[in-house]
Amino acid sequence: MDDLWYSEYHTPNVRFSIKVARQLHNEKSNYQEISIFESPEFGRFLTLDGIMMMTERDEFIYHEMITHPAMAVNPDMKRVLVIGAGDGGVARELTKYPGIECIDIVEIDERVVRVCQQYLPQTACGFDDPRVHLHFQDGLKFVRHTDAAYDLIIVDSTDPFGPGEVLFTKEFYGSCFSALTEQGILINQHESPFYEDDAKAMKAAHRRISQVFPGSFVYQAHIPTYPSGHWLFGFATKTLHPMRDLQAQHWNEAKIRTRYYNTDLHSGAFCLPTYVKEMLQDE
Amino acid sequence: MKDQTRAPLLEALERMRHDRLVPFDVPGHKHGKGNPELTAFLGEQCLSVDVNSMKPLDNLCHPVSVIKEAEELAAEAFGAAHAFFMVGGTTSAVQAMILASVKSGEEIILPRNVHQSVINALVLCGAVPVYINPQTDKKLGISLGMSVADVQRTIAAHPAAKAILVNNPTYYGICSDLATITTIAHQNGLRVLADEAHGTHFYFGKGMPISAMAAGADLAAVSMHKSGGSLTQSSLLLCGPQVNADYVRKIINLTQTTSGSYLLLSSLDISRRNLALRGEEIFEKVKNFAEYARAEINDIGDYYAYSKELVNGDSVYDFDTTKLSVNTLPLGLAGIEVYDLLRDEYGIQIEFGDLGNILAYISVGDKNKNIERLISALAEIRRIYKKDNKDMLESEYISPVVVMSPQTAFYAEKRSLPLNECAGEVCTEFVMCYPPGIPILAPGERITPEVIAYIRYAKEKGCVITGPESMDVSRLNVLKGE
Repeated sequence: MDDLWYSEYHTPNVRFSIKVARQLHNEKSNYQEISIFESPEFGRFLTLDGIMMMTERDEFIYHEMITHPAMAVNPDMKRVLVIGAGDGGVARELTKYPGIECIDIVEIDERVVRVCQQYLPQTACGFDDPRVHLHFQDGLKFVRHTDAAYDLIIVDSTDPFGPGEVLFTKEFYGSCFSALTEQGILINQHESPFYEDDAKAMKAAHRRISQVFPGSFVYQAHIPTYPSGHWLFGFATKTLHPMRDLQAQHWNEAKIRTRYYNTDLHSGAFCLPTYVKEMLQDE
Repeated sequence: MKDQTRAPLLEALERMRHDRLVPFDVPGHKHGKGNPELTAFLGEQCLSVDVNSMKPLDNLCHPVSVIKEAEELAAEAFGAAHAFFMVGGTTSAVQAMILASVKSGEEIILPRNVHQSVINALVLCGAVPVYINPQTDKKLGISLGMSVADVQRTIAAHPAAKAILVNNPTYYGICSDLATITTIAHQNGLRVLADEAHGTHFYFGKGMPISAMAAGADLAAVSMHKSGGSLTQSSLLLCGPQVNADYVRKIINLTQTTSGSYLLLSSLDISRRNLALRGEEIFEKVKNFAEYARAEINDIGDYYAYSKELVNGDSVYDFDTTKLSVNTLPLGLAGIEVYDLLRDEYGIQIEFGDLGNILAYISVGDKNKNIERLISALAEIRRIYKKDNKDMLESEYISPVVVMSPQTAFYAEKRSLPLNECAGEVCTEFVMCYPPGIPILAPGERITPEVIAYIRYAKEKGCVITGPESMDVSRLNVLKGE
């Protein structure tokens, strides 16, 4: 039996490996290298430019945590914009809410969506809902041009090195601010505080968001296949507060089925370790 | 036809490396081995070809083999009779073409919006400038090109003038009618010199304004390191068929280093090959980037990214659409203010900002996502910083009053006066905003109250003002005994 392993360098000195049964797909799109692997432990997984994006086994944590905390703070969301998220996982979570009328998904690389539709139906099923509209273009350009007012913008991007770089800039956050309603919320994947390079990106993102939004908060989740496993999300608002405005009862009555998120965990997720709090205060 | 796929200098350097010549000559770092920190920073590959003139590599001051071949290939690629590889920046090319064309006391006709290197050359050689007022677009606050009628009038009024210098194009992308001006100048016995610091791509792109060599100009200084892609400080001096290139080489050698850098020279050779083979496609891409950005920026509102609609058949005979020049005045912000915001708030460094405009340099090295960032940052600046524009200085052409030649003033007895006491005095030094490096005052010009007001306003808006001995431009050196 072949001893095949997928390895990702989390730092130059730390390597994370998953035993691979086989590679299902590999291509170079106009933007990046897209691969799908099958593994005994994590099921199928997607990598972009050799970086782990999601596995079938733990994607639910990431996709629930990037979606539901905002939905529980403002249950009246009607119009949602999602940037990135070519695997469909965020769309799948959003479509659990009957009150949402429109979900615009802006992914720069159509090939990611098509490959996920072929190999990762577990998440790509999110694209099937009639409220979901796919736009294959630059996220920054879409946000700059949009006249629509969104209640929620979710930025499910790759790391700030490569095609996702623009989604970590001040001009992008400013454009999001303009595109949001007064009750609007911006959620973004916010890198990790643990390893030095990730922490730098995390701090830079927090600094830039804080320059643009009056309310800028950070919450966390445990995602086993991401570097250090400790991952952060940004929660930026014009008026709302992620804890004080939490509509726990309302959310629980809606009976949204989740495996990771619940409204008790919601409050806990915003309670950060001391070293992370200090990092954020430094900025 | 020569074989433009060749790169004689590159080939010679590769041969040298392959032959593993033992260096007992300068430079003392000996292919980088004597300076490990520098080698670690710049790379072994780079240091191994930082070598001195030697027989297999020819000599820039007296080219007989591979440099000569490389220059001949460049001449052919640019449609010139002769090309010189220059290692002192386009400044050295501009100065060489002026020193080769006018002598002490002779007149040279030029628009006032020339680069400082032009007037520096006049300080060196003692020639006397005859300025043509470039027409001004008051709304944009930029100087345009020279009108043909002004050129004719000026030539008639100065029949002894020896040469005329033309910007092709200006920093902002504006072209005069170079072909007609060349014809008129030649009919009157004047040599035509073109400052093509911003026009390398005219020689390769499709549908571009006419290049100096195609227009029949005699000499052209071409910044290969701008749109051509070679290393900073490398440049070309092109000669037309009527010019004695051997005399030009003697002039170049008056001031040129005898240790011409092979990094710079090989970058010229490689870039020429690239442009000859792929230039058309490259500049098509650049043009498309600029056109796209222009449309998007004009869509934001309160910015005006101008283009061919400025063309009026005379002072704007043509426009270089690879340039992304944007007027910021309707926003209530000076160009320099937008320039600073882009860098400080958005991490975007553009080429320059003057009082009313910014210029973002677009090249083949750009990526879609960075163009999107620039456009979005401009949209954000408008959203956050837009002001009432009633206090913006309306920029007018300040006609220079030339009292004596730049050389006479530069070397004259002088005294230092506070800026606000300088009105009426003759300036003995340069004053300019850098970039773009176009003089507000040149040596030998009368200082007027308008000029003082302009300098104050530019300082207040945050322009970097260079030239005077007084680094903060609180004082100016003026002629003694006036």
